[in-house]
Amino acid sequence: MSEAAQVPTAPRAALPASWLRRAGFIALGLYTLYAFSTLEITFDRFVRGLDQGAKFLARMWPPNVEPSKLALLSQGMIESIQIAVLATFVGVLLSLPLGLLAARNLVPAAVSWTARGIIALCRSFHPVIVAILFVKAVGFGALAGILALIVASMGFVSKLFAEAIEEMNLKQVEAVRATGATFWGVLFIGVLPQVIARFVGFAAYQLDSNLRNSTMVGIVGGGGIGATLFTAYQRFDYDFVLTILIVIIAVIMVSEIASAWLRRVFQ
Amino acid sequence: MTSAADSPDARGALVLSKLSKAYVAGKPVITDIDLAFSARGITAIIGPSGTGKSTLIRCINGLVTPTSGEILFKGARLTGLTGQALRAARRRIGMVHQEYNLVERLSVMENVLSGRLGYVPAWRAWLRKFPQSDIDRAFELLDAIGLADFATRRADQLSGGQRQRVGIARALVQEPELLLADEPTSSLDPKTSVEIVELIGRLAGARDIPVIINIHNVELARRFATRIIGMAQGRVVFDGRAADLRDRHLAEIYGGESWIE
Repeated sequence: MSEAAQVPTAPRAALPASWLRRAGFIALGLYTLYAFSTLEITFDRFVRGLDQGAKFLARMWPPNVEPSKLALLSQGMIESIQIAVLATFVGVLLSLPLGLLAARNLVPAAVSWTARGIIALCRSFHPVIVAILFVKAVGFGALAGILALIVASMGFVSKLFAEAIEEMNLKQVEAVRATGATFWGVLFIGVLPQVIARFVGFAAYQLDSNLRNSTMVGIVGGGGIGATLFTAYQRFDYDFVLTILIVIIAVIMVSEIASAWLRRVFQ
Repeated sequence: MTSAADSPDARGALVLSKLSKAYVAGKPVITDIDLAFSARGITAIIGPSGTGKSTLIRCINGLVTPTSGEILFKGARLTGLTGQALRAARRRIGMVHQEYNLVERLSVMENVLSGRLGYVPAWRAWLRKFPQSDIDRAFELLDAIGLADFATRRADQLSGGQRQRVGIARALVQEPELLLADEPTSSLDPKTSVEIVELIGRLAGARDIPVIINIHNVELARRFATRIIGMAQGRVVFDGRAADLRDRHLAEIYGGESWIE
């Protein structure tokens, strides 16, 4: 290591440029421009749209608060909340075993891949499409909506739950295993305490999301406020539409606060 | 192998013969380990990182399956066990882990009681319905390690030294016949390290449980162990009384001499 050995060379690269990443960003930019050009989105159309939107909003005000409408609204809203709560309860309950079976660090590969297949199937369609299938299968009404949202809940909660399990600290699990615990002992004492708080967080988030979705499944016949909303739209009762939207927003906000509180309690 | 002499059995309570482990075929981490341990006293295993000390003691409680060789504990084979027989063997062997490895989100008491999982059915553990005798035993140990006031605290609120003491209680509540410790002081400051090794020695000694401890700190090994085993490159290169460990042995175990004071 003599001084003389240090031959002057090109400066060493400390932060080399990633040309692959740059090419990726350029490609994304070019595609955005291309997609924009093919969809015939013009500034003119946008301005005309704004104008019509203003007229539409004007027709909505003031919100309709006739007692008969409010009765219709509360009936639909209560049904939506019931759909959301029931679907979340059953969906989350089913997600617990499904998520455990999908965790690759807990079960043999064949089991986890099967469970992952089921989860992927649950996730592959939007809840509204699943709701259409269930409306065809079990007929109009809340049951179809509940079943559709159970599927959606299983897809979301069990996938995230499986990932949470895969990220857990395996040393803690091994320490429990070293005491001579059975598989179930390891699960109850070594695994679940590590992940249950996150599971509750996912479940609370899913309740939130089911409340929003439960207002949607009604549009395709799955029961709840969605049906009321859709009918109001079709009958041009825009003032009643506004009332429904305000109530939906209020309910979502309350559930948002409630789920944040729930997550904090279980930290 | 001299130190089996003080054991009633000619070979010792725990006998490893021709034990080898290769995680990758053809690249053994430990090779042909022949060791016998008596039924009492502290044995320290020293050696450079990556020389297979952890692998060796994890073979004993079946956390690692040896590639070849045999382990006998009080005359019964520990190798090749599966299922219930493996779990029954594990509950006789307590283990103190490198980074405490407590279940962080459980309370101190729950962590100590998890040492009883080899005896208590899983559903009782789930409902936290442990037998009163186990709870009494856990409190006794918490008194012994000086953490009785912390029983309901969550483990992640404790300091490193406190956590490792809970780790010791968890191992001892199993009422083990052998205590393994895998680098129990590697994440602790020098003072706490001494206290932890002293505590392991005192509690295990009072219960007449033999201890095998992997340790990086040669001074701690000299101070507390009755016997020292030096490993290098997966083989035993020194085995003798702590008092007989010389600088030339350390040079052979760790390589080089410049680091020895």
